[in-house]
Amino acid sequence: MNLAVDFASILLGGLAAGTVLFIVSVGLSVTMGLMGFVNLAHGAFAMFGGYIIVLAMNRAHFGFPVALALGFLGTAALSVVLEQSLYRRLYRAGELDQVLLTIGLIFIFMAVLTIVFGPQSQPMQLPPELRGQINLGFMQYRTYSVFLIVVGALIVLAIWLAFERTHIGAQIRATVDNRRMAESLGINVDRLFTVTFAFGSGMAALGGGLGAEFLGLDPQYALKYLAYFLIAVSVGGLGSVVGVYYASLLLGTLDFVLKLYMPKGGTIFIYVLTILVLLWRPQGLFGRKSA
Amino acid sequence: MTIEAASLGCATAGLDHPAARVLIVRHQLRWWEALPWFAAAAFYFLFPDYLGFGTSLMIMILFTLSLDLALGYAGIITLGHAAFFGAGAYTVGLLAFHNIWTEPITSLALGALAAAAVGLASGLVLLRTRGLTLLMLTLCTMALLQEGANMAHDYTGGFDGLPSLDIAPVFGVFEFNPLYPDTQYLYTLAILFVCFAFIRTLVYSPFGQSLTGIRENLLRMHAIGAPVRRRLVVCYTISAALAGVAGGLWAQTNAYVNLSALDLDRAATVLIVLILGGYGHLYGAFVGAAAYMTIEHFLARIYPTAWQLGLGLLLLVVALYARNGMLGLSELIWRGYRARRETS
Repeated sequence: MNLAVDFASILLGGLAAGTVLFIVSVGLSVTMGLMGFVNLAHGAFAMFGGYIIVLAMNRAHFGFPVALALGFLGTAALSVVLEQSLYRRLYRAGELDQVLLTIGLIFIFMAVLTIVFGPQSQPMQLPPELRGQINLGFMQYRTYSVFLIVVGALIVLAIWLAFERTHIGAQIRATVDNRRMAESLGINVDRLFTVTFAFGSGMAALGGGLGAEFLGLDPQYALKYLAYFLIAVSVGGLGSVVGVYYASLLLGTLDFVLKLYMPKGGTIFIYVLTILVLLWRPQGLFGRKSA
Repeated sequence: MTIEAASLGCATAGLDHPAARVLIVRHQLRWWEALPWFAAAAFYFLFPDYLGFGTSLMIMILFTLSLDLALGYAGIITLGHAAFFGAGAYTVGLLAFHNIWTEPITSLALGALAAAAVGLASGLVLLRTRGLTLLMLTLCTMALLQEGANMAHDYTGGFDGLPSLDIAPVFGVFEFNPLYPDTQYLYTLAILFVCFAFIRTLVYSPFGQSLTGIRENLLRMHAIGAPVRRRLVVCYTISAALAGVAGGLWAQTNAYVNLSALDLDRAATVLIVLILGGYGHLYGAFVGAAAYMTIEHFLARIYPTAWQLGLGLLLLVVALYARNGMLGLSELIWRGYRARRETS
């Protein structure tokens, strides 16, 4: 019995971490799948949104849902401005220019946040109803982790439905599969991308805020977790929502277990696994071969 | 007309072709190619107090040149070039720390060999992929080595690294440690010169030409039957070996090695330096490293955040407007100036 409870608590902790990873990465996966744009600054959007959310709660004393909405909207708005002014110019440029632009953006975000709010970590104060433990029937567990897992499952369900059942979802899938064909059929790919980009950045902001409690939130955030976001996206497969969900849960759980049992250098297995998966399927586990 | 005269006629007729004229002179030395070496010699006499800085600048130049070979010439976009820098640094460091081998020049060669081995092994598997997958795989390989170095704590010192390495005197005569910056400076300069001469010969050889061909038009190179994969792997291995030399020099001149040798930070920095200078140029590495290191040395220590902001803005400008970096920009200005002078 004790073993089962231990197992369940590790699994729940890992799933909670994986859920945050998914919420941040899903937008990156869709935008990269749509435009093939290597957006390394996606983590910077998550960081920016996290700052809005945490500061809205700590300084302006907004409620948790209001703060999340503010973070989502603020980051989405900023991302539209950046997309129209900077990203748009480099859609047809090489990966190298895209990498440079987005690394430059990361540096700017980091520097501006350091100048305005200082280099220290911003503490996340959870609302009282999400603190403490919840009774799951067979064991007690942290309320917030359970909350995260439920929210993540709802989000993946909602996005999946939007992808599979709505008109815009069908347009996105068509464009990921074959952009030229989609354009020929009259889909306005540029506008589609702007909308998706804004939504993905907003999701990243939610992830930044929801994960701030255990990932921390300081100006280094955008670089510190960049490799994890990219691994989740490339292992899951570009443009695949479900793929990123599975990859994130797997990565989160693996990371959680390894940090617990092999605190020194255990993450080496994550990199080995990523390399093996990508050599086996360069397009990711759930990605389709590009045309 | 005899056959010789006919073929001579053909040859001279061919020589008049603009393409032929370019091909004939492109590998010849130009007068300004001596400038960096004059500058290096002048630096030695003018700034004896900054020889340590000069040494690290030259190491950065060598590291950037190695990336230029892979990225600028062969078009292999990598985010993990510090893997080879670290492999070279740790080879030299481990040999010296455990008192196995401390002779500087041969340990550099061993460092290059180790880095080349890593480059060959990873290149054979990674270079099948392209684009984002390749970026991720190079990044993961570097992270793998870093975690490996962290885990092998008993040999590599883990997070603390290997401090106070003992390096034997150069040629058994010249004491080699940070207390003798002039020895280190001249030693590094000599190594850089040898490596540069090698790289320059390589990029103007038929092999280097085929690398450019692969970068410019992969399909066509496949179509004319060039062994694309093998060329890329060989180039990646050579580039890795040169990065290993840079890493070895870094370990020797600092007399320590730590995990920062394998950092994403280092890999991103060398990429930025190369892009700022201009890639696919050879001399972009010199310009970029000199500009970056000078600003970093004199400004970044005092205003680190402003430096980060400025660097970010600079990268935006380079990505949007100056695809070929500072060297490309100056070339553009020079051409514009010449065109205006000719018309007036």
